Amino acid sequence: MSKVTLIINDTEVKADKGATILEAARVAGIDIPTLCSHEKLTPYGACRLCTVEITKGQRSQLVASCVYLVEEGLIVNTESEPVTKGRKMLLELLWAHAPGVQALRRYGTKYGISAVRAGMDYGVIPGISSTRTKFDIEPTFCVLCGLCVRYCAEVKRRNAIGFIGRGTEREVVFLPEIASEECPLCGEECYPLCPTGALPLHHALIKAEYSS
Amino acid sequence: MPILNSAADLEKLRQQILDRDDRKRVVSVTNGTDGRTRNSEAVVQAFINEIKKQGLAGKLIVKSTGCHGFCEKEPTALILPEEICYVGVKPEDVPEIVSQTLAKGKVIKRLLYEDPVSGQRITRESEIPFYKSQNQTVLGNNRFLDMQKIDDYIALSGYSALARVLSEMTPEQVIEEVKSSGLRGRGGAGFPTGMKWEFCHNAEGEPKYVIVNCDEGDPGAYMDRSLMEGNPHSVLEGLLIGSYAIGAQDGYIYVRAEYPLAVENVDIAIRQAEEYGLLGQNILGSGFNFKITVHRGAGAFVCGEETALIASLEGRIGEPRQRPPFPATSGLWGKPTNINNVETWANVPLIINRGAKWFRSLGTERSKGTKIFSLVGKLQNTGLVEAPMGMTLGDIVFNIGGGIPDGKKFKAIQTGGPSGGVIPESLLNTPVDYEELSKLGAIMGSGGMIVMDEDTCLVDVARYFLNFLAGESCGKCVPCREGIYQMLKILDRICEGNGREGDIELLEEIGETVRDFSLCALGRTAPNPVLSTIRYFRDEYEVHIKEKRCPALVCKELISYYIDPEKCQACLICLRDCPAEAITGDKKIVHVIDQEKCTKCGTCLEVCPPRFGAVTKLDRVKVPEPVRQKREVVRK
Repeated sequence: MSKVTLIINDTEVKADKGATILEAARVAGIDIPTLCSHEKLTPYGACRLCTVEITKGQRSQLVASCVYLVEEGLIVNTESEPVTKGRKMLLELLWAHAPGVQALRRYGTKYGISAVRAGMDYGVIPGISSTRTKFDIEPTFCVLCGLCVRYCAEVKRRNAIGFIGRGTEREVVFLPEIASEECPLCGEECYPLCPTGALPLHHALIKAEYSS
Repeated sequence: MPILNSAADLEKLRQQILDRDDRKRVVSVTNGTDGRTRNSEAVVQAFINEIKKQGLAGKLIVKSTGCHGFCEKEPTALILPEEICYVGVKPEDVPEIVSQTLAKGKVIKRLLYEDPVSGQRITRESEIPFYKSQNQTVLGNNRFLDMQKIDDYIALSGYSALARVLSEMTPEQVIEEVKSSGLRGRGGAGFPTGMKWEFCHNAEGEPKYVIVNCDEGDPGAYMDRSLMEGNPHSVLEGLLIGSYAIGAQDGYIYVRAEYPLAVENVDIAIRQAEEYGLLGQNILGSGFNFKITVHRGAGAFVCGEETALIASLEGRIGEPRQRPPFPATSGLWGKPTNINNVETWANVPLIINRGAKWFRSLGTERSKGTKIFSLVGKLQNTGLVEAPMGMTLGDIVFNIGGGIPDGKKFKAIQTGGPSGGVIPESLLNTPVDYEELSKLGAIMGSGGMIVMDEDTCLVDVARYFLNFLAGESCGKCVPCREGIYQMLKILDRICEGNGREGDIELLEEIGETVRDFSLCALGRTAPNPVLSTIRYFRDEYEVHIKEKRCPALVCKELISYYIDPEKCQACLICLRDCPAEAITGDKKIVHVIDQEKCTKCGTCLEVCPPRFGAVTKLDRVKVPEPVRQKREVVRK
């Protein structure tokens, strides 16, 4: 396979033609935060944490590295000022949505986000955060990365779990008719994918509901 | 119907139609969706019946047409060739129009348009100030076409551009012509159309697809609907020319389900074109084949975004995906696909017929041709406006729109729909041009224009648009889903008088992240209404936050309704009408609003007789203490 040479954070990197910037960076040992990418799944580009700054000639641009393919001579900065500024805001927004879940704490430590600033609206999960503000949607553990949904669809081809709702009402749900048949056969392969660790609990609740 | 096998056949048919309709007087009645809300169907029927009754059948033609532009005056009846234009026509006016105007050529003065400024009655449609400064090249034919008759389109040299392309031009020449015209996408992003076609033409993979995007979702915008209803063949002809140039044999028309008449008319148009052999196999004997499928959307705003539209067409959830790859290389079913907006397609036959040079002569250096806008809001004249690019916003608002009614002052104009930006009075000399509008933090978008007067609160406006977008975000990517939600919460708080120090900066910070990090154009443009209002009306935000006041007296939580005891005549009207029973008083006893009970619905202000004018809106902080003892009214 032909190779492409690009520069990531001042280091020359050789990557396979057709690889994404994220893949090229990983091969070179450069860590780019991400919540929704997985090697077995089609790139999704939803969490936007992997956004990096690319420069081609005079033009700089912010792109999601999990879906942007490498190009010859491309200059990539994975931690430039606009990148980290936005990434911190994304973490903060996610934190407000799913306060302090496992995956966010990991990146939170790196980028100095351990809470949501005053003035943002966020939920409360007992034992994790204690400040209460007005909250319209229920606090959740789910960051809506869609790994479970896409794994079930793309790898298992079962579609036992899916998204419902639009915008802020988006939710991940097990579809009882399919899940009750398919999930026991699959062996819960989606559980370890969940970056928040909340999926097994969610499934247990659903199982309790449809067995009753 | 005869199958047309060549350009000559088409021309022969055109001559036959012209001979058949020669010297007949025509009455064009606007009968699109906007007209139908005002009973235009009954007007059309009344013309048909009345003409029969008065024995004029065969001498007159009644056309049921799409919108001519001035929708607020519909139904209009335009009598051709004299161009006499009657506005606000009711079925009961029809017998007189037939007996006087159609039979004898006499003008009925009371049905003519009355200029609100000069008070003059205007006979000819093109003399009406609303139309005078327009240049209706795309929309203009609506008035000459029965929406459901292909013959009317052919009579106006319809499909002659297609005939020319198929018999005289190579696909490359067509692309070159469109490229050289400078036509840019009318759906919002303004990408050069010819280049888009070329990418798809050069892309590897078969088959190739072409799509018409008629998922027009901006609130208050209906440019595409009016074209699709009123002149569907112009869109079909553009699509045919484009698919020939690109090398596609299959086309899809994606229409939002909320446009039933557009769906009906385009279905009829396709059937009629097939009957003439203008669609299907071996079109005009050229060997070129093309098939069109109409697909109705399922009501998601985001499906106007091309990758979401493709997902929806494929039967998947209408969610956008990251570009690149662009649809030109990997679109519908993973094949090279070209999507253009309705108005873009409708421009194509004009460019072929009149030439790229003519098209280039209209507009500014980088934005060519004309653009249709839906001009709405606080204006004398509202409706669809087609103006050459480069006309200033001020000319559109004051010359075409007739300025602000009721002696109010202009405050701002929002361009580009819900994700557009708000432009203040000081920048009204800005020419309409893709780049110029972007520079100001607004966008051309698909052509929505909303004019606001001094009674508008721009924090409330930003909140309104963001609320719309929060409901329409698909929720796939984090910045759009979570960012819009947080911004909306902050705006809610500011409008309720609970804004905090630092809220404006927080809005800017979140807004910039949403703009720079979102996946698709919906998210990337969603902060525009907030960022542009902060840019030009920051003081208004500050007054809301620091003084807890709404200067325009719009934000409910920040105002109070107050009855001036000196002016109140104790007429009991507001007292009876108040749905919250918040008004006390009696006959001869001055009425007082109980501020605790008041829900600020504004009923009292509406019903207080203007000659008293006792009810006013005040800043919440300024309401005088109610008078303790019940005071008797002073009769004037």
